[in-house]
Amino acid sequence: MLEYKVLPAGDTALVVEFGDRIDRSLSAAVLSLARNLDTEQIAGIVETVPTFRSLMVHYEPLVLPASALMAKIDEQIKKLTAREIIGRMWRLPVCYDPGFAIDLDDVAQRAALSRQRVVELHSGQIYHVYMLGFLPGQAYMGEVAAELALDRRATPRTKIPAGSLAIAARISCVFPLETPCGWHVIGRCPIPLWDRARATALLAPADKVTFVPVSVREYETLVTRAAQGILRIEPVSDCVEAVA
Amino acid sequence: MKPALRVLSAGLSTTVQDAGRYGFQRLGVSLAGALDPVSLRVANLLAGNPENTGTLEALYVGPSFAVEADDVRLAFAGADAAIEIYANADAGRGDKLTPMRSARVRRGQVIRIGSLKKSASLYIAVEGGFDIAPVLGSVSTDSRGMIGGWNGRALADGDVLPLKRAAASERDEFRIDGLQLAAPRRFRAVLGPQNDYFSTGEIERFFCHEYTVSAESNRMGLQLEGTPIHHRHGFNIVSDAIATGSIQVPGSGQPIVLLADHQTTGGYPKIATVISADLPALGRLAIGSKIGFTPITMDEAATARRQLSATLDAIPGKLVRMPTAAMDAAQLLACNLISGVHDAAA
Repeated sequence: MLEYKVLPAGDTALVVEFGDRIDRSLSAAVLSLARNLDTEQIAGIVETVPTFRSLMVHYEPLVLPASALMAKIDEQIKKLTAREIIGRMWRLPVCYDPGFAIDLDDVAQRAALSRQRVVELHSGQIYHVYMLGFLPGQAYMGEVAAELALDRRATPRTKIPAGSLAIAARISCVFPLETPCGWHVIGRCPIPLWDRARATALLAPADKVTFVPVSVREYETLVTRAAQGILRIEPVSDCVEAVA
Repeated sequence: MKPALRVLSAGLSTTVQDAGRYGFQRLGVSLAGALDPVSLRVANLLAGNPENTGTLEALYVGPSFAVEADDVRLAFAGADAAIEIYANADAGRGDKLTPMRSARVRRGQVIRIGSLKKSASLYIAVEGGFDIAPVLGSVSTDSRGMIGGWNGRALADGDVLPLKRAAASERDEFRIDGLQLAAPRRFRAVLGPQNDYFSTGEIERFFCHEYTVSAESNRMGLQLEGTPIHHRHGFNIVSDAIATGSIQVPGSGQPIVLLADHQTTGGYPKIATVISADLPALGRLAIGSKIGFTPITMDEAATARRQLSATLDAIPGKLVRMPTAAMDAAQLLACNLISGVHDAAA
């Protein structure tokens, strides 16, 4: 059986923690537990929030006391298999033009690589969506190639534009809204990851993503079509996932 | 013309809030919702609404607005505030109204709310509620995510907030007596989720200290100032989910108590979490307040939650019908105006 810890987060939420690192097998456990708890529709569970290595369970203690909830969770974890849930596969266009990629040169310099090589490394990867958080629709994707792993910027920027693609350590994010940010911005994605009108997120945990480099012109065409609401964004159907 | 309230002055930070947006934190969508859900409920009860109807939440300095409806029933709960009803936008003097009551205000009249006292938050309910479409089941404003409320943001001067009702219902006004809504000096908290990032000594120090609510505070969190709390081994954790009331300790060692607009996930260790029964009082704390935390057990937290639930259930019993003889300011003002018109015509 999987090892886990239960940590209280006040009297209406607890954290089921499978480990303390970013890891695909921990993510598999988190996402499987989230799915199973949601499927069970246990009275007293308000919502679950999956993250890299833990699942937060919000609950109503007057309906489901903590001890009873912990027993339910233990029962579900005993049934978990280590198999990874496979989500949808997406190919997201990204413009890596230095006009958008304000930190591309800096990243290339720090990694002692050419700008072109940075783009190749970043786009030549299938990313796993670990979690959504921080901003609506913001997906945390891994793993960024080890050659590009950098700590966050010493001084965060007070603002980066919506759609900015950025990296920090082994994680890549597209920031769906304008936001302060301490990550390294290396491109811009024309596809809205958060649809304000419909209040929906494009990506979900367990989805797989690759980034396809596009020119400034293609980027602008896509932005225009997205703004006109005539951009159809659909997952790639023939996803063959390389199991980690 | 659609019945509405026209915002003449938006106040410092006035947002539409209900009980919050539950069930979408997994999408990165913050809860938002009233900082003080008890006062939200009281305002709605006074206005005759279901208890979690969307109201205006004003922080520190209240808004001013003009009535563009036949009339509207308003109710105020939370902070003490100078609330005045003026005959129109140009009137030099208004009639004072105390919070914790409902009042009927007529077309063209102007409501001005000054600085808030005794609490940072005041809830202004309108009978029938605002005609605002819920987003993901809630009308709460999430300013960071630009979701819900009035165009996903705090009110601005000139906004026109549509009302569901064109006129107030015919009934007496209500006030509420004997409800203690002051913020305490000490807040109860349970340890965790990351108390293991701190030594026993540091945890003891945290619970002994007094902290001051700093001016950096907002709807995302109360930034506290006091003796810094040191981490045992570093202050970065792999991002995990955040519960409202959790007290995170960043590298500076100055704790932050996370409130309704907190981001869904974050990467700082959380030493303890304020219990759910004490969250409404957290939402009343003004900048400069001095507070401390008391550790309690999960069982004690459950008892406190039951007690809060009982207190909330008892609130409708505290409503007092206001005798029509003691005519409220708005009505009095309307009478004066009408007689004034008569005099002029005579």
